[in-house]
Amino acid sequence: MSETIKVPTMAEYMAQGKQPEVLFWVGCAGSFDDRAKKITKAFVKLLNRANVEFAVLGTEESCTGDPAKRSGNEFLFQMQAVTNIEVLNAYEVKKIVTACPHCFNTIKNEYPELGGNYEVMHHTQFLKTLLDEGRLTIEGGKFKGKRITFHDPCYLGRANNVYEAPRELIQKLEAELVEMKNCRRNGLCCGAGGAQMFKEPEKGDKDVNVERTEQALDVKPEIIAAGCPFCNTMMTDGVKAKEKESDVAVMDIAELIANAQDL
Amino acid sequence: MNYIANIIFIVILTFGIGFFVKNVKKLFRNIKLGQDVDVSDNKSQRLKNMALIALGQSKMVRRPIAGFLHVIVYVGFIIINIEVLEIIIDGVFGTHRIGLTVLPISLYSFLIGSFEVLAALVFISVILFWIRRNIMKLKRFWKSEMTSWPKNDANYILYFEMVLMTLFLVMNATDIHFQDMNSGNIVSQYIAPLFSGLSENAIHIIERGAWWAHIVGILIFLNYLYYSKHLHILLAFPNTYYGKLTPKGQFNNVEAVTKEVKMMMDPNIDPFAAPAEGTEGEMPAKFGASDVQDLSWVSLLNAYTCTECGRCTSECPANQTGKKLSPRKIMMDTRDRLEEVGKNIDANKGEFKEDGKQLLDNYITREELWACTSCNACVEACPVSIDPLSIIMEMRRYLVMEQSAAPVELNNMMTNIENNGAPWPYNQMDRLNWKNE
Repeated sequence: MSETIKVPTMAEYMAQGKQPEVLFWVGCAGSFDDRAKKITKAFVKLLNRANVEFAVLGTEESCTGDPAKRSGNEFLFQMQAVTNIEVLNAYEVKKIVTACPHCFNTIKNEYPELGGNYEVMHHTQFLKTLLDEGRLTIEGGKFKGKRITFHDPCYLGRANNVYEAPRELIQKLEAELVEMKNCRRNGLCCGAGGAQMFKEPEKGDKDVNVERTEQALDVKPEIIAAGCPFCNTMMTDGVKAKEKESDVAVMDIAELIANAQDL
Repeated sequence: MNYIANIIFIVILTFGIGFFVKNVKKLFRNIKLGQDVDVSDNKSQRLKNMALIALGQSKMVRRPIAGFLHVIVYVGFIIINIEVLEIIIDGVFGTHRIGLTVLPISLYSFLIGSFEVLAALVFISVILFWIRRNIMKLKRFWKSEMTSWPKNDANYILYFEMVLMTLFLVMNATDIHFQDMNSGNIVSQYIAPLFSGLSENAIHIIERGAWWAHIVGILIFLNYLYYSKHLHILLAFPNTYYGKLTPKGQFNNVEAVTKEVKMMMDPNIDPFAAPAEGTEGEMPAKFGASDVQDLSWVSLLNAYTCTECGRCTSECPANQTGKKLSPRKIMMDTRDRLEEVGKNIDANKGEFKEDGKQLLDNYITREELWACTSCNACVEACPVSIDPLSIIMEMRRYLVMEQSAAPVELNNMMTNIENNGAPWPYNQMDRLNWKNE
């Protein structure tokens, strides 16, 4: 690692009587999943690089309740939501950024009715803003000219109509952005949503992630870019199932930008 | 004696419209069996959606071939039906082509000419639809739920339209006076020669026959709607008006649950206190939905609006990979069960009598419900703003909150969230460990 990362917590900010610019909601995958932790760190490096005053909740963060809600367990969802909202409101959080579209959707859309009103951004939107404000520069580096295809996460794309921010970031890498047969509002799910991530799929003749990976491989990318830790897992598994892991990498957009700068 | 035709016409018209109104009332009653939901907000946005999506067909044309053909049939059908106005006036008052008397000839010719061109275009489009369905066998028209009635229904509608358009053109072609005018008979002038060998009297009989068959056909078609997927020509309008306005990813928060959770979290509330006067009835009888009456009335309107085009199912990731889930089947099952409940109510003097059946298991299986990834592809694909996902979610809520019948892996996931605030069994105190790894 080229530099150590700085990850202050909300409690630390509070102790100093200060308020960070934004709360980074890490999410369960970003906190515990080995693959997703790399995305978390890549994003933190970018935040450090851009001198963003951010904080995390750390051990005070808890599942947003998304998988419980999509499974039908409204009780558990609302218990999680109300608990989280209590913590967030106690810290007077105004703005939240997260690298998980599921956390993004839940906090942005389903928390307000329960008393949690925040400006919520997906990390690709946030990075785009940093770029526009001149706080972050993006260079192509090793991704210059590479063929990259972007897999739209359902909960970012169709669910919230965010299609362009991730694509604009990829183009800033001077990479060749290639679109799959199904993209943007017609994007095909990776198979993880609706709590499918946590269960075996129902009987069928194929796994959804394999179908989606085939669509991605059809456009012959060198990299499949993702914007969701769950999509990342599903697409990585799909690439392995097609025995293409030596040719095609699955990477989060934050990782692409951080790696391009050797952070 | 001269009035017999008028009287017969009025009787047929009254009966045709009366029967239709009777079914519309039934339709309203059945939709109202659903749970109340407040959709009185954002009237201007709702009107805009209706204008764009239903009137403007904006989502139909996302699939250009089907969309283009559909726009022709849609525009043709609406505009040609202006002619029905003349037919009704003629029928009631015993006039013939009243339009010629009240409108300038040039305008009348222009109108009839447009109707004729549209009728020909509709005819061609309907033939192409039939070919796509029956010869090219487009996959979405041949899924497992598209057998027997749904399959026949689709073809009957196409035959109906072919016959009605033919009758309209034949009626004009055999109207000797109209052909002699030789203005506005843009298409029918090419059909007229087919009858040239016949006596004037025979041609007149054909003209009268076509005229009567045309109006009776329209009335039959009108009454067919209630039993058919073709009901969408009417319900697409209210359905797009009442369609979801919030982001697709936003699922509703169950209000009754919010109350419970707030009570649980409030240290000042005595959990053993008797409920306040008059609040006993506030708790819903059931969380989620196991039958059609548990769904919102908008979901039931959705079910009646579905025209079984299958765009949802063809976009569904679960269906594409061979799972049993088909969003179209969810809608068809909901309508079938709702019809069954409606008939039950009719047969039992306005009261629903327990029939030992419900939407869950008798129509929609658990396997279908658990195959959904909640990706919203079906919602995005629907050309008339139907939301199959909300039905799936309501039924999952019933399974989990009323029956604790989630798949075992999901129960494990939920237990983890309850115990340690993450779907996996990691300690919440380790949440920031990644920082130092």
